[in-house]
Amino acid sequence: MSRIDFNRLRFVVVDDNAHMRRIVRTLLHGFGAREVIEAEDGAAGLEAFTNHLPDIVITDWAMPIFDGLELTQMIRQPGANANPFVPIIMLTGHSEKRRVTAARDAGVTEFLAKPLSAQALYERIINVVINPRPFIRTKTYFGPDRRRGANTGYSGPERRRGGQADVIQQRSLFIKAQAE
Amino acid sequence: MISGSSNRIQVDVFADHEVIIPVNKLKNAVAKVTLAGDDPLAKAEAALAQLSGEFASWMSAECDRLDAARHKVRDAGLNTSTFNELFHAAHDIKGDAATFGFALAAGAAESLCRVLEHSPVPARIPMALVDQHVDAVRAIVREYARPDINDIATALVRRLRHVSDEFLIHENRHRPDYLQDLV
Repeated sequence: MSRIDFNRLRFVVVDDNAHMRRIVRTLLHGFGAREVIEAEDGAAGLEAFTNHLPDIVITDWAMPIFDGLELTQMIRQPGANANPFVPIIMLTGHSEKRRVTAARDAGVTEFLAKPLSAQALYERIINVVINPRPFIRTKTYFGPDRRRGANTGYSGPERRRGGQADVIQQRSLFIKAQAE
Repeated sequence: MISGSSNRIQVDVFADHEVIIPVNKLKNAVAKVTLAGDDPLAKAEAALAQLSGEFASWMSAECDRLDAARHKVRDAGLNTSTFNELFHAAHDIKGDAATFGFALAAGAAESLCRVLEHSPVPARIPMALVDQHVDAVRAIVREYARPDINDIATALVRRLRHVSDEFLIHENRHRPDYLQDLV
């Protein structure tokens, strides 16, 4: 696995839960990071982002004032702040596919569903440092390219939105209701 | 922190979109030399293991927070403020319980989040249903040392999901499309 010098990176960690902030800070310091700035809600996170110009933002989703999705949308405003390209890693208890899609469409760079592990966080950070993706700007989107790779089997019309659909086979409550 | 180089942003303009290659300021953080015995992942895991002595008290604090949120719902009903407080408390336990070493508590917290998130009229959520979820989370955490906790927690969560499903199906009976997407 590639190595990076964490002591050359500045992080902003945004989470309303002090326990989780402590865990993330502990892991980042363990990786070798020296500069870890904490913020306890989306508003404080935006302020920290503006004041400290971090290299990487790690944010929770569900927070008071405004949430991690709104924070991401505010950061991904070309011309409105110093670095709309900053990598954003969303660390959240939400794991449903529609949530992952919403985070992706807001401009999140990497999605990390809890429970948190050192390995998973390390891999996400390595990925945003070693393999930065180009940004795409359309009428409705500004953020990292949502296509992570070329789909050689695709034969339909070219389109920027969406990708290959995942098939999740779970019984919906509608089906359960019909069965009862 | 990392100073930019002389590189410039590269923009390729297409009919309906632009592809932008930002200046890669982070490339300076890629290590050019790997030192023998240097394992940042192992160091981080060791640091987390040191911190883990506090996890039980943190989990207890999260349970107290959930309980306090439940009491506010009982006193004031499910309004925007009490709803958010209860949801955030449950959602944090859903996400953090496994990290704190109480993975079996996550299922009950997740079930409560699901009820709150998918009830079209939160004020109609029975207090008993909220109580059952909160009490289940607290009981699972309190009894975690029991040798049969896995069976107990599994049965509890299964039952909670069953009564939650019944409630959500009834509450969303006029929204078949919504139920279709709800698993």
